[in-house]
Amino acid sequence: MKKILKDIRINKAWCKGCGICVHFCPGKVLEMDENDKANARYPELCICCMMCELRCPDLAIEVISDDESTDEVSS
Amino acid sequence: MAVRDYIRQRFFPHLWCPGCGHGIVMNGLIRAIDHMAIPKNDIVMVSGIGCSSRITGYVDVHTLHTLHGRALAFAAGVKLSRPELRVIVPMGDGDALSIGGNHFIHAARRNMDITAIVMNNRIYGMTGGQFSPLSGSGTQASTAPFGNIDPAFDVVSLAKAAGAGFVARSTTYHVTEMIDLLKQAISHRGFSVVEILSQCPTYFGKHNGMESAVDMMENFRKNTKSLGKIPEGYSEDKVLRGVFVNENRPEYCQEYERIIASAMKGET
Ligand SMILES: Cc1ncc(C[n+]2csc(CCOP(=O)(O)OP(=O)(O)O)c2C)c(N)n1
Ligand code: SF4
Ligand code: SF4
Ligand code: SF4
Repeated sequence: MKKILKDIRINKAWCKGCGICVHFCPGKVLEMDENDKANARYPELCICCMMCELRCPDLAIEVISDDESTDEVSS
Repeated sequence: MAVRDYIRQRFFPHLWCPGCGHGIVMNGLIRAIDHMAIPKNDIVMVSGIGCSSRITGYVDVHTLHTLHGRALAFAAGVKLSRPELRVIVPMGDGDALSIGGNHFIHAARRNMDITAIVMNNRIYGMTGGQFSPLSGSGTQASTAPFGNIDPAFDVVSLAKAAGAGFVARSTTYHVTEMIDLLKQAISHRGFSVVEILSQCPTYFGKHNGMESAVDMMENFRKNTKSLGKIPEGYSEDKVLRGVFVNENRPEYCQEYERIIASAMKGET
């Protein structure tokens, strides 16, 4: 089932600006903001792969999609 | 449950450096526990000392933060007294295989039902970037400014030879694989070892020409290969990932129970 993005939540207080999520995002959705924190610049390009959320060392990013209940990853 | 329900939020943001792979291992471990729906009260996480070992401060299960290299000894005590609990032991490479090397091989030999995770960043992160038994020859470290002579242990071969019932390897780049292997390891009845290649950009990266966590994870992506995807006659020099051992051998606590039962009956 195709997932539809509801929200990409970034906890800026926890994000340490490592850039892992930005570099590996297959949709080029993310960028670093002027404070060197991750920012969801193009959410419309998100394919809800969850990779940014799973690879974030700081548990600072959460991807909410519409089939959350059946999602492999609950969060 | 949500990820935040598995952590002690009061200690966040955590103390690991930006991009430290240990955070990704913690992230994956939380997902594995969540997917398996193991109640938090049934899990005991035991660690030693090191950056990696700080994980027991952050994850909200029963936790013990013990002595450098000795986590498996404490874990064995916990498991023997409460065999119904799931015991998970995250360790650094120095913790597990320098000072803790003997505990490691004997724990594997006994095959007690414990999940050991080697968070292998190939260096002593906490104490300033000294080389570890996993650094490998030719690497640089603060104690090997002209290059390290010592070859590295192969954690998988070592664990296998020592008798571990389940042995696997993954990296912080391969997160879905990592989660899957952690689930298999936690489910396995016996001593399980999961080596996870993790990045320490602050020391290993800086000393070895990789400036960022991203570079180091790209390196995991390019220089490792899944066991399942090896064609016949494969001879490339890549680090292999996947499950190397998955065998059911007699588990220590069960054998111990059996001996108690027969001794109680007056048998010898
Ligand atoms: C008995 C003892 N010896 C030495 C130390 C110093 N020490 C603390 S952490 C550490 C090694 C850390 O490296 P590793 O286990 O690989 O974990 P990392 O910090 O890289 O995650 C050492 C030698 C100690 N705390 N206790
Ligand atoms: S991976 Fe996490 S900590 Fe790193 S930049 Fe992205 S949100 Fe921030
Ligand atoms: S879920 Fe995937 S596509 Fe969407 S922002 Fe994260 S990494 Fe990019
Ligand atoms: S020193 Fe290395 S291992 Fe320790 S927190 Fe920093 S990046 Fe991680």
